[in-house]
Amino acid sequence: MTSAIETAGLVKTFGDTRALDGVDLAIRSRSIYGLLGPNGAGKTTTIRVLATLLRPTRGRALVLGHDVVTDAALVRRQVSLTGQYASVDEDLTGHENLVLVSRLLGLSWGDARARAAELLGAFGLSDAAGKQVRTYSGGMRRRIDIAASLVTRPEILFLDEPTTGLDPRSRNQVWELVRRIASDGTTVVLTTQYLEEADRLAERMAVIDHGRVIAEGTSRDLKSSVGTNTLHFRLANPGQHAEARAIVGELMGDGTLPAGEAGFAIKVTDAALAAELLGRLARAQVGVVDFSLGAPSLDDVFFALTGRPAEKESAA
Amino acid sequence: MSAGEMPGETDALVMRARPRPVSALAATATLAWRAMLKIKHVPFQLFDVTITPIMFTLLFTYIFGGALGGSPRTYIQFLLPGILVQTILFITVYTGVGINTDIQKGLYDRFRSLPMWQPAPVLGALAGDLFRYSVAAALIIGLGLMLGFRPAGGAVGVLLAFGLVLVFAFALSWIWIIIGMKVKTPESVMTASFAFMMPLTFASNVFVGLDTMPGWLRAVVRHNPVTHLTTASRGLMHGHPVAADVAWVFAASAAIVAVAAPIALRLYHQER
Repeated sequence: MTSAIETAGLVKTFGDTRALDGVDLAIRSRSIYGLLGPNGAGKTTTIRVLATLLRPTRGRALVLGHDVVTDAALVRRQVSLTGQYASVDEDLTGHENLVLVSRLLGLSWGDARARAAELLGAFGLSDAAGKQVRTYSGGMRRRIDIAASLVTRPEILFLDEPTTGLDPRSRNQVWELVRRIASDGTTVVLTTQYLEEADRLAERMAVIDHGRVIAEGTSRDLKSSVGTNTLHFRLANPGQHAEARAIVGELMGDGTLPAGEAGFAIKVTDAALAAELLGRLARAQVGVVDFSLGAPSLDDVFFALTGRPAEKESAA
Repeated sequence: MSAGEMPGETDALVMRARPRPVSALAATATLAWRAMLKIKHVPFQLFDVTITPIMFTLLFTYIFGGALGGSPRTYIQFLLPGILVQTILFITVYTGVGINTDIQKGLYDRFRSLPMWQPAPVLGALAGDLFRYSVAAALIIGLGLMLGFRPAGGAVGVLLAFGLVLVFAFALSWIWIIIGMKVKTPESVMTASFAFMMPLTFASNVFVGLDTMPGWLRAVVRHNPVTHLTTASRGLMHGHPVAADVAWVFAASAAIVAVAAPIALRLYHQER
C-alpha cells in the first residue's frame, strides 16, 4: 500500500488551546479522503499542518514520504491547498488570478496565459474570465479557487470545506470536479462538516472531534460500527414530540437518538419492531412523515461516537 | 449531474508535471505585475495619493505661505521638497494596509504554500508602491512648478531628491509590513499610521525651520530622520546638496532595514 500521508501523534497547541491532540492518519494515494467533524474539531488545523502552513507542536507528519517540518519545500512542490475562504485576489479578474498563480509556479508568460484560459474553460468560467473576482458568485469563487490549485497537477490537493456556503447546484458542480480531479490520479483530502458530503465523495474518512480521530474507515465501516438498522422518521407536528418520545421509550427503552427537533432515528433490531412502533404512533394519532428504515446515516454515527448530534455543534 | 452541466473538457484537468520553480526575480516581477493590476482595477486607491498632496500643497502655499515665508511664492521654494517627503512617507502606510488585506483574505496562505522564493510577495508589493510614489511625486512637482517652484538644482536635482526620498520610504515600508502582519484589520493599520506618522512628519522641518521652535523640541526635531531627509531633499533640489544629511538618510535607512526586514520576513514565515 502506498501512503500519501502518514501522521503519528500530531499535536498542535495555540496558547492554551489544544487544536490537535494526537492525530494519527494513514491516507492512501489516489483516493478521496474525508476529514469529518464539527467546527473547531481540528480539521483545518490538520490540513494546514499537512500543507506546511503550520508546524506541529509534537508528533510527525509525512506527506509523500517527506517530513512536513524538515522537508517543507519538497512538500510544497507537490501539494496544493484551497483554503476555507477563497484565496484569490478579488481585485483581479479570474484570468489574471490564474496567470498570477501559473507564473508563480514557474510557467512562462505565454504558457501561463494559455493555462489560465484552459482552466477557465474547464471550470465553466470562460464568460467571466475578464471580470473581477469580487463580482463572482460564491460557486464561481470556489471554482476559481480550486482552479488556482490545479494549475499544475498536485500529487495531493487539500480542500478545506470546499462546499460550505454553496447552493445545491454549485455544490454538485464542486463534487463533480473533485471526482474528476481524483480520477486523474490526484489524492484529494477534504474537510467537511457535511456528513452527506463525506458519504458521497470520500472512499475513506476520519471523524475528528476535539483534536482526535475518533473513528476511521469507509462510510460503510463507520455505519456498521453503529450497528443494525435505523428507523428514521419526522413528526408532522413537532408539538407532539414529547408524546412521540414517550411511545418510543415505552417500546424501545433508551434507544432513541434525537436526530433533530422533530426527527427521530431509532436503532431497531428487526422490522417487526419498527412496524409495531409505527402502528402505536398511528393509534396515538401522532402523525409521522418521511419515515424510512435503513442503514444509519453518518449523523447517527456521529451521535453514537460523540453523544451529541453533529448539526447542533456545527451551528454553534 | 450530467456532463453537459459542467462545460469544458476533462483534458484541462490532466495537468503536466510542475515546471522548474520560478526564479526569485521572476516571482517578484510577477507580484509587481499584480500590484500594477490592482491599481488598474481599483484606481480609486490612487485618490489618497493624488488629492491629499494637492490639497496640502495648495493649503500651505496660499493659506500659510504668506505668514510662514513672506509670500506664497517664497514659501513654496521651502515647502515643496518637504511636501514631497511628507506625502511619500504617508503613502508607505499603504504597504502595510495591502499586506494586511492579503493576509486577511487568505491570499498569503496560497503564496506561502507555493514553491517560490518566499519574500517575493513582500518585494512585489514594494514595486507597486514605487508606482504610487512616482505618481504622487510627479503631481506634486508638476503642481509646484505651476505655482512658481523654481528648483535651482534642475531636473537632476529634483530626481536625485526623489531618489533619496524613495530610499527612506522603502526603509520605512518595512515597519509598515511588520505592523500589517501584526494587527487584525486594515483599519488598525490606518489607525496606527496616524499615531506614528503625524509626529514623525510634523515634528520636523517639513513646514517650518527649527528657529522658532522651543529648545527641547528643536533637539528632538534635529534628530528626526525626516528632518535630515527634508534638508537633504531641499539641498538637492535647490542645488546646494548637504552631504552630511544625505549620509544621515542612508545610515538611518540602512539601520531601519537591518532591524525591520529580518523581523518582517520572520513574521511572514510565522504561522497564523
